[in-house]
Amino acid sequence: MNRKQRIMLIRIIVSAVIMVALSFIPSSGALRFVLYMLPYLIVGYDILLKAFKGIIRAQVFDECFLMAVATVGAIALALYERNGDYTEAIAVMLFYQIGELFQSYAVGKSRRNITELMDIRPDYANIEEGGKLRKVDPDEVETGSIIVVQPGEKVPIDGIVTEGESTLNTSALTGESLPRDVHEGDEIISGSVNMTGLLRIRTTKEFGESTVSKILDLVENASSRKSKSEDFIAKFARIYTPAVCLSALALAILPPVMNIITGNAGGWETWIYRALTFLVISCPCALVISIPLSFFAGLGGASSQGVLIKGSNYLETLAKTKIVVFDKTGTLTEGVFEVNGIHHSSIEDEKLLEYAATAESASSHPISKSLQKAYGYPIDRSRVFDIKEISGNGVIAKVDGKTVACGNEKLMKAIGAEAIPCHSIGTIIHIAIDGSYSGHIVISDRIKKGSAKAIEKLKKAGIQKTVMLTGDTRKVAESVASELGIDEVYSELLPSDKVDEVEGLLERKAKNEKLAFVGDGINDAPVLSRADIGIAMGAMGSDAAIEAADVVLMDDDPEKISKAIRIARKCLTIVYENIFFAIGIKLICLVLGALGIANMWLAIFADVGVMVLAVLNAIRALFVKKL
Amino acid sequence: MKKTYGIEVDCANCANKMEAAAGKTDGVKSCTVNFMMQRMTVEFQDGADKSSVMQEVRKNCKKVESDCEIFI
Repeated sequence: MNRKQRIMLIRIIVSAVIMVALSFIPSSGALRFVLYMLPYLIVGYDILLKAFKGIIRAQVFDECFLMAVATVGAIALALYERNGDYTEAIAVMLFYQIGELFQSYAVGKSRRNITELMDIRPDYANIEEGGKLRKVDPDEVETGSIIVVQPGEKVPIDGIVTEGESTLNTSALTGESLPRDVHEGDEIISGSVNMTGLLRIRTTKEFGESTVSKILDLVENASSRKSKSEDFIAKFARIYTPAVCLSALALAILPPVMNIITGNAGGWETWIYRALTFLVISCPCALVISIPLSFFAGLGGASSQGVLIKGSNYLETLAKTKIVVFDKTGTLTEGVFEVNGIHHSSIEDEKLLEYAATAESASSHPISKSLQKAYGYPIDRSRVFDIKEISGNGVIAKVDGKTVACGNEKLMKAIGAEAIPCHSIGTIIHIAIDGSYSGHIVISDRIKKGSAKAIEKLKKAGIQKTVMLTGDTRKVAESVASELGIDEVYSELLPSDKVDEVEGLLERKAKNEKLAFVGDGINDAPVLSRADIGIAMGAMGSDAAIEAADVVLMDDDPEKISKAIRIARKCLTIVYENIFFAIGIKLICLVLGALGIANMWLAIFADVGVMVLAVLNAIRALFVKKL
Repeated sequence: MKKTYGIEVDCANCANKMEAAAGKTDGVKSCTVNFMMQRMTVEFQDGADKSSVMQEVRKNCKKVESDCEIFI
């Protein structure tokens, strides 16, 4: 509780005590009025002041104005009727302030909770100078500097370990509780906590470009992207308050005037009282606070599970997702390829592998890495030149003066070599040397452990269709799809074909069904941004993916997808509950108030009570661990 | 040109009102107020002088919500 809140609490208590005490002291007339004004002013002077300021600035219709008019009106009515019943006015003010206090406390508290969940911002970086460590602002560390991270400290900037061995806790980043071992030469991402040994790290990025900054940026800006529900509520509040105020005015004037016209007693007191009740109910606070709070809690809960969602609007889309499209490599499969066979080679297997690995040496594709790994020796890059990468098909390069073409059957066809098809399941790299076919290498990928379960969970969560897109051959694609239980497969796609396929799927689906694309962020940034919602997984360190995706899964566990969808659905359910609950109760109370059944006590419950309940309900969105 | 400022505002509806008021200020292209993070992100029109525009924004916000503060 901050100072402002503590003062408010004291004012509320003092005022409540005085009010209760006064009910035991018999008093009447002017003395009674003065005595009762004491608690009223203590608890409500700032509201009256604000309302007054608002009137001067022609800003009526704010809640202070409503409360001021309602309570002053009630007091005036009590004076006019000479019944000395001022308690109602005081109670309204008192409860209103209690509500405000609770709201600011609850919001502040949940804000702190959520920011603590994401407490990964490093405060300093250690730089070694003359044998001593100096703490500097991470912003000041230049790329390529050596920083020292002691046990217990956060890694402030992305880099490569140059010295030392340790275990890292990456749970704040990935939600993964298993610690990770790092050695010399390993890449290390900022935001993880060094647990055991001293590490020296050569930074590879500036602080602003480091993983931790990107994540913080993403999380902190998330609730600025507003959802449709939030926009709706903002618009609703704008119309609602003036509408209720005008109705209140009409309620105060029209019925008594009608009565007088028809020759009956006016009954001004009754109708003015009902109008004032109306004003008390009219405050839109419960709605305006609980909706953004629900989204905020949902986003916070998701990030605590390693699911970063870029905005409330995406939470909304995610909840409506009915079709999930996967990229195969690196998403459903490990993306770690192994050479499993070399067939039909016209030269020595070793030599064939050497040519392939050398020709592909410039590529960062996982396949080229696995070729290099299988080859096992360092590659002499001076032997290779004229590298032409033919997107989606392969590579043509000159190695030792020979033209080596490595790639799929299409590439072989293009250069006029006759490829021998392979019966093994996997990615087949055909190789032609100087235009004549020299054999092929079989590379296969492992399916991730969680993939099958992830698909099953998605189906259970009500996803209607799962689709897999891949650049791989039909045989591989179909075998993976049938093993995982995926409904539709599109294989042998170039990166640009993937966009076309997704566009086709988008056209065919119903309008209110949303399509999510899940990729690992390598080569699929265009598809990520084209889908209704792009989910990048295991994307830590891949800037393009973090930028293109709407949802970032911090580790590469595909089961997180269904979790993200369930978190989104829970959050949206809470949002709708709050909208219907708050608007519903208010409307009922408005009707009851107009009919004279609800008095001001009920009205203040409709305002404060609903707000408290809505806020408590909103906070539920934070608890998503067991989903 | 976008810039984010810290703000202090007590109620969510007031935050909405600040957003509307700031958005109408000359030199401001768009404005979003994030009540939960207590932050205001202002996108300025090209060539607008940020500090003088922000003074105006603060003035306009105080008009609709006397209790608010923007940390410029």
